[in-house]
Amino acid sequence: MEFAELIRTGQAQAELLRGPEEPPLRGTLCITGHHLLLSPGPQATPDLWLLLLRNVDSIEKRIAGDSGTITLRCKDLRVLQLDIEGVEATLDIARSIEALSSLESVITSFPFFYRPKGLRLGDAWHFHPPECYYKRVARETNAWRLSEANEDFSLCPSYPRAVIVPRAVEDSALARSARFRQGGRFPVLSYYHAPSGTVLLRAGQPLTGPQKRRCSEDEELLRVVLAGARPGARGFIVDTRSPQAAKQARMTGGGTEAKAAYPGWKRLHRPLERGRPLQESFVHLVEACGDLEQSMDRWLNRLESCRWLSHVKETLSTACLAAQSMEQEGACVLVHGADGTDSTLLITSLAQLILDPLSRTMAGFQELIEREWIQAGHPFQLRCAHSAFSHARPKHEAPTFLLFLDCVWQLGRQFPLSLEFGEGMLLALFDHAYASPFGTFLCNNEKERCLCEVRTRTHSLWSGLSQPKEQRKLRNPLYVPNPLAIWPSAEPQSLRLWQGLFLRGTRLPEPSEVAWEKVWQIVTDQEKTEGSQPTDSASEPRP
Amino acid sequence: MERYRMEWKDFPWCSVEQVKLLDRFSTSNKSLTGTLYLTATHLLFIDAHQKETWILHHHIASVEKLALTTSGCPLVIQCKNFRTVHFIVPRERDCHDIYNSLLQLSKQAKYEDLYAFSYNPKQNDAERLQGWELIDLAEEYQRMGVPNSNWQLSDANRDYKICETYPRELYVPRIASKPIIVGSSKFRSKGRFPVLSYYHQSKEAAICRCSQPLSGFSARCLEDEHLLQAISKANPANRYMYVMDTRPRLNAMANRAAGKGYENEDNYSNIRFQFVGIENIHVMRSSLQKLLEVNGTKGLSVNDFYSGLESSGWLRHIKAVMDAAIFLAKAIAAESASVLVHCSDGWDRTSQVCSLGSLLLDPYYRTIRGFMVLIEKDWISFGHKFSESLYFLGGRCGHLDGDPKEVSPVFTQFLECVWHLTEQFPQAFEFNEAFLLQIHEHIHSCQFGNFIGNCQKEREEFKLKEKTYSLWPFLLVDQKKYLNPLYGSQSQKSAVLEPNTVSFNFKFWRNMYHQFDRTLHPRQSVFNIIMNMNEQNKQLEKDIKDLESQIKQRKNKQTDGILNKELLNSVRPESTALKATLSLKEQALLPVNDVLRTIEGSSPADNRYSEYADEFSKAEPAVVSLEYGVARMTC
Repeated sequence: MEFAELIRTGQAQAELLRGPEEPPLRGTLCITGHHLLLSPGPQATPDLWLLLLRNVDSIEKRIAGDSGTITLRCKDLRVLQLDIEGVEATLDIARSIEALSSLESVITSFPFFYRPKGLRLGDAWHFHPPECYYKRVARETNAWRLSEANEDFSLCPSYPRAVIVPRAVEDSALARSARFRQGGRFPVLSYYHAPSGTVLLRAGQPLTGPQKRRCSEDEELLRVVLAGARPGARGFIVDTRSPQAAKQARMTGGGTEAKAAYPGWKRLHRPLERGRPLQESFVHLVEACGDLEQSMDRWLNRLESCRWLSHVKETLSTACLAAQSMEQEGACVLVHGADGTDSTLLITSLAQLILDPLSRTMAGFQELIEREWIQAGHPFQLRCAHSAFSHARPKHEAPTFLLFLDCVWQLGRQFPLSLEFGEGMLLALFDHAYASPFGTFLCNNEKERCLCEVRTRTHSLWSGLSQPKEQRKLRNPLYVPNPLAIWPSAEPQSLRLWQGLFLRGTRLPEPSEVAWEKVWQIVTDQEKTEGSQPTDSASEPRP
Repeated sequence: MERYRMEWKDFPWCSVEQVKLLDRFSTSNKSLTGTLYLTATHLLFIDAHQKETWILHHHIASVEKLALTTSGCPLVIQCKNFRTVHFIVPRERDCHDIYNSLLQLSKQAKYEDLYAFSYNPKQNDAERLQGWELIDLAEEYQRMGVPNSNWQLSDANRDYKICETYPRELYVPRIASKPIIVGSSKFRSKGRFPVLSYYHQSKEAAICRCSQPLSGFSARCLEDEHLLQAISKANPANRYMYVMDTRPRLNAMANRAAGKGYENEDNYSNIRFQFVGIENIHVMRSSLQKLLEVNGTKGLSVNDFYSGLESSGWLRHIKAVMDAAIFLAKAIAAESASVLVHCSDGWDRTSQVCSLGSLLLDPYYRTIRGFMVLIEKDWISFGHKFSESLYFLGGRCGHLDGDPKEVSPVFTQFLECVWHLTEQFPQAFEFNEAFLLQIHEHIHSCQFGNFIGNCQKEREEFKLKEKTYSLWPFLLVDQKKYLNPLYGSQSQKSAVLEPNTVSFNFKFWRNMYHQFDRTLHPRQSVFNIIMNMNEQNKQLEKDIKDLESQIKQRKNKQTDGILNKELLNSVRPESTALKATLSLKEQALLPVNDVLRTIEGSSPADNRYSEYADEFSKAEPAVVSLEYGVARMTC
């Protein structure tokens, strides 16, 4: 095994500090190809402590006398401290962790070796392909079809094999529209809103360039969408860039839809932050959350200047705008930015969560993430290569998916009864997106996943999450199906910092978590008492 | 909110039709049209959907008439319970009349004009008196374990001779003689000498309170020194005691020039002196003012909100009060040391710190009744100036037309600190947020006698117990609304609370400062649903027990060999019982469905994101505006 070369030490004695409240753990430290292990001595509890090396975001070593200290900052925002006996051992372990945590090869990553008990390979992978969603759409309308024009990923490398497109548009027209859109991302159906008959589409930017090129197939495609919705339907193109940025994109071959070329469509610009500035916002926020001693003024100042909550607000209100256009105005909506793989997905997925009661169920939410993030080609591998602690210069990293999870968390806070999943689910998704034993978030798109045979050689996160023992952590005990659209308030007074995530490393375990247990207890009591009532009357002695 | 009953005297003095009520945060001109009525005690607005908005005149903090617009004359009313309403009255004459009437009505000049003296909840005298006797402070001191061998009831202030702003009954160390008390009171600002506020039975340590000493640069008072020594001697567990000056050091020093100041550690044996730096009422008032200005802004951005929150300093002040209370609780719980707390006059910051400290130490104060006792003791009886008095100008809640410089949100801060504690310890309090909000509502409403007047002497002179009603029994009747369904984890229920005051634990209290801005609230309430479930569970469990006991009875009967026929008859009552539980279940579930159906503000039209689209369509007039049809509700 090639890992052996990177592991420089067998084992060492160490003490592990996991946080302000948890007791330190002493034992023997070991490094394997994918894990850091700490096995407590025989006298202590036999529990093995395990850390996925891929989870390590930054490593810091300090030597004092004949022992050393390694501080591991993890991608899931936890901070661990290891006190290790022996200078050599410390340095060796630090070097091994550094080497092993930054391996870039996908097929040697842990998911390809992870074989948990009780799960079978290939399970749950078939749960959420676009075909399933198409069945739902086809039940409602006849105007759309499942196209396999992208079967070999030749039209668009970041789309899945099958996409949903207007029935009236031929595959050959799709190919031409694909050439006119950034990354080949021609407009496809993201969500069909049955009550109003309107649709949500997403795409990449049109490649109009400085000459203001046009593409008649692309124009026809969007015209057909409006015609298919209802006679005289209007459409909104939500561009997630500022008008200036969209104009500037023309210089590099991109651009935005010309008003005259797309009759019935109106363009709205909603600039959302992306890329480097978003990553920096994340880094600054996490930095601020790590300081326990700062004064109130300093804290509020840092909370403001990191701008994270501004991004949350902008994202939520843009998603609401898109959802409102569909539900209230009966208009079709096309969302795109530049690539159509980041803020575009943020808006389309949130708009669905607001409008679609099904996507707020446990299964529906997993389907939404699979369809609107993973299969829709959000480049998870690039975006989540590093988290907030990494000292490496950010290249393609951006916490777009985290921003989505935060917005969902805000929705859940404002509608505590309407989401079937709880905060635990969102935290789990965050953890797994950055470092996971499952294959679900590996690679950047379906094409890469096919090349790496991810589906056949790794386990799906969704089957991992469906294990009965996970349910209590993931579910919202108070869920009551809510058939309505849920319109959140995006006012600053209504938004809160997601403490359960951002203060993970520094915060003491809160009594509120104990309280959550109590909520569970009340709910299960309720189920018990309700359930036991008929049995009780059934056990009546019959004469 | 209390549903107000219409009576003959409420017959509206005037009414104006076609008045528009604007949404405070809407940037467009969406509004409700309805009729505005002015009664002797309330301003009432009834909109087209017959929804009523009642505003008590006493709640009105300011009325402002803005410049005339094309649709009418705007009238902005700001209330002390942080409600802001924005009316547009079609005719300027009407607007002017309402404006003038409200100006007069909202500022009462005499006590007799306060609402409490006319409020009539249809109770007889006996019931009213019973209500006043609900909270008995003598009983409370007994609960704490005083009088005892070290502490006794002093009759020194029986006729309010020594200190007018203290209650008649005061507890002092047994070894402190009357001359010592009298001597000490002459050395303390407003005669407020050190007395017992809370006694911790198991630690034998006490929280005492007083006002600042008149020490100037060098003055001493042997009696005062003796009294402090007596307090520390009354605590056999610890030789030293803490003296907490809750003011910032600089303020305390400045007071020395005016012949006041703080204790000199050299003159008092065995004291540990400590400043804790809570700002004065003027700083607090302007801090709240800034906070309200920021969060009342239309189209507020996240950055403006947080920089406004920072520059207002409000959360910093809340943290300072909390830190002081924690210091106090630690001294008692960890060191068994007695603590003497004072500020300048000993009725603002001192009340905050003493009451919060006791709340951290004693789980009784975290119950509904205990919290009422705490407010009665540390705030009402010890003379927090809730309203203007005959003796001093102004009042913290500005009940009467007085010096606006005397108004200060000291009590609001106390409630906010308690709210922060309920957030950190969700299982430690018997009451919920609604209880705190309701109390806040009534410190300004003047509907009940409790918060009228500034000290016990004044309240006796006004004969409040004969002429007005006490708030507490009314809150107890509605107790169900104020219960915390999560209350009751043993560890949190009995323990001394040790809150963590790291900065990120302090949050903006939206439900207080935006209580009436429904669009900003969460759309569904977890509290209600858990409350319902909890009650249902209890009822169902009771039903199960009943059924089980019936089964047992039946079995006994069966073994007794009773005929089948009889048994069949006896099934009937049981099946009705079953039916009853079923119907109960439906009932209890109803509110849940209500929640779904009436998710308030849950129309996108209520939220500002819709208006961005409006603005945009204004910029590009070629295309149809998003505005049309926004009124369609989702639910």
